[in-house]
Amino acid sequence: MSRQAIGYGLLLALMLVAPTVVYPVLVMKVLCFALFACAFNLLIGYTGLLSFGHAVFLGTAGYVAGHSIKVWGFPPELGLIFAALAAAALGWLIGSLAIRRSGIYFAMITLALSQMMYFFFLQAPFTGGEDGLQDVPRGKLLGVIDLTDDYNLYYFVLAIFVFAFWLIHRTIHSPFGQVLKAIRENEARAISLGYDVAKYKLLAFVLSAGLAGLAGATKTLVFRFATLTDAHWHTSGEVVLMTLLGGMGTVFGPVVGAATIVTLQNELADKVGSLVTVIMGAIFVVCVLAFRRGIVGELSALYKKMTGSR
Amino acid sequence: MAEDCILETRNLVKEFKGFIAVNDVSLKVRRGHIHALIGPNGAGKTTVFNLLTKFLGPTRGSILFNGQDITAEQSAQIARRGIVRSFQISAVFPHLTVLENVRIALQRKLGTSFHFWRSDKSLNGLNGRAMELLAQVGLESFADMVTVELPYGRKRALEIATTLALEPELMLLDEPTQGMGHEDVDLVKQLIKKVSANRTVLMVEHNMGVVADISDTITVLARGAVLAEGPYAEVSKNPAVIEAYMGTAH
Repeated sequence: MSRQAIGYGLLLALMLVAPTVVYPVLVMKVLCFALFACAFNLLIGYTGLLSFGHAVFLGTAGYVAGHSIKVWGFPPELGLIFAALAAAALGWLIGSLAIRRSGIYFAMITLALSQMMYFFFLQAPFTGGEDGLQDVPRGKLLGVIDLTDDYNLYYFVLAIFVFAFWLIHRTIHSPFGQVLKAIRENEARAISLGYDVAKYKLLAFVLSAGLAGLAGATKTLVFRFATLTDAHWHTSGEVVLMTLLGGMGTVFGPVVGAATIVTLQNELADKVGSLVTVIMGAIFVVCVLAFRRGIVGELSALYKKMTGSR
Repeated sequence: MAEDCILETRNLVKEFKGFIAVNDVSLKVRRGHIHALIGPNGAGKTTVFNLLTKFLGPTRGSILFNGQDITAEQSAQIARRGIVRSFQISAVFPHLTVLENVRIALQRKLGTSFHFWRSDKSLNGLNGRAMELLAQVGLESFADMVTVELPYGRKRALEIATTLALEPELMLLDEPTQGMGHEDVDLVKQLIKKVSANRTVLMVEHNMGVVADISDTITVLARGAVLAEGPYAEVSKNPAVIEAYMGTAH
């Protein structure tokens, strides 16, 4: 337990100095997607629900944050909170429809509903359609700290990430998290113990949607625009890849997965162009065939094996 | 007589697209009894269990628990009333520890099961009670083991401990000794006998040794309908029952 605390402490220290070495906007992008993947993992890894439309929450919150900050003049912190709440509300709506089914049907309902939202965003006047919602000002945090400075914004984004990561960690290790795991392990048994599993699944879905929304809203602030790409099903697929690659059902896996994918995309985009998609596909295949538990899952299994054999 | 009855079904029918799986079954389970539901494969025993716990909705008929009609209630609601079932295949939470398995059943009463902001250390207060329950089924030394690693017979014992945690008035056990070796069967048999004090047990069971030894009443189902009912000595001599099991000598 304390070893885990030391590990987190070291990582945090590393994150605090990271922008002096790496381009801060890239790290912020990684953090946004890491948060998105962590939120997604709360559903698939700890509740056993595969949502195939999670981009809708990322995208919607991006637009809500962009619009409320740019047009309504919300301060950035309020814009983010408002956007996360909007995503959670949408999560409640989509979730209460989708959790009536499970497995592939659940995935298809979430996909269908998110596609509906995608086409709504494509047509709606306030989103800017294909061009995206441009020129969102970063503003001043609490009216004091100037977020147009990349470093200031970086530490704000890091704080958001740490808070959200803590919240997810706490949710997983809470009485509620215990019930979620029980549902994932054996839903019929959980019902026979008197749990209304639908209510638990719905709360997990809403939490996941809200946190995915927080990631999307933060991303809008970082890049100063909200884009249609964030609501596209490609993004829904990408978050599945990140989570699987990093290690589904591990606390830290999605962070590693997101960091790997985002960095790879960033590095490869200039060199191989549209081949990036092919490479991502190949990674996915290798991951599913060779290391199903993902990077973190395999490493921790290896660690257990080594310490166990000693 | 009527007040002795904890569970009653009246003319219960379940049809699957024209196939009648359960046909006009009227059962009366008496309080404090171990009541066995037996019958050849496909007789509809598990379907009756699924109807009683609302994992399936009946086509017709009604179910009464302590004289109250519960036909319209949801599975989880029925469980909260005190009718707790087990399943044919062992129903444990494989990747939780043995202790956590029992604790899941205990924690609902705390009313904090939706509290995602609270630490799971708040559940440690239940550990004592959970250990007591594990001790009842002889699993206290396995408490920290991940359940998937338990041998099969122990998993069934854990299942019973988890069910007991809810202090059910009525336990429904679906083939509690299925797939077990001799020693385990005996262990589980003793266990059922032990836990049936102060409560009622309705069980589906194929092992006639177990049924003969511990059940007070037996209901024989065949082709979805009640064929015979009574104590073992009586039912086992019933020619219709013998025919259903052995077939006729044509």
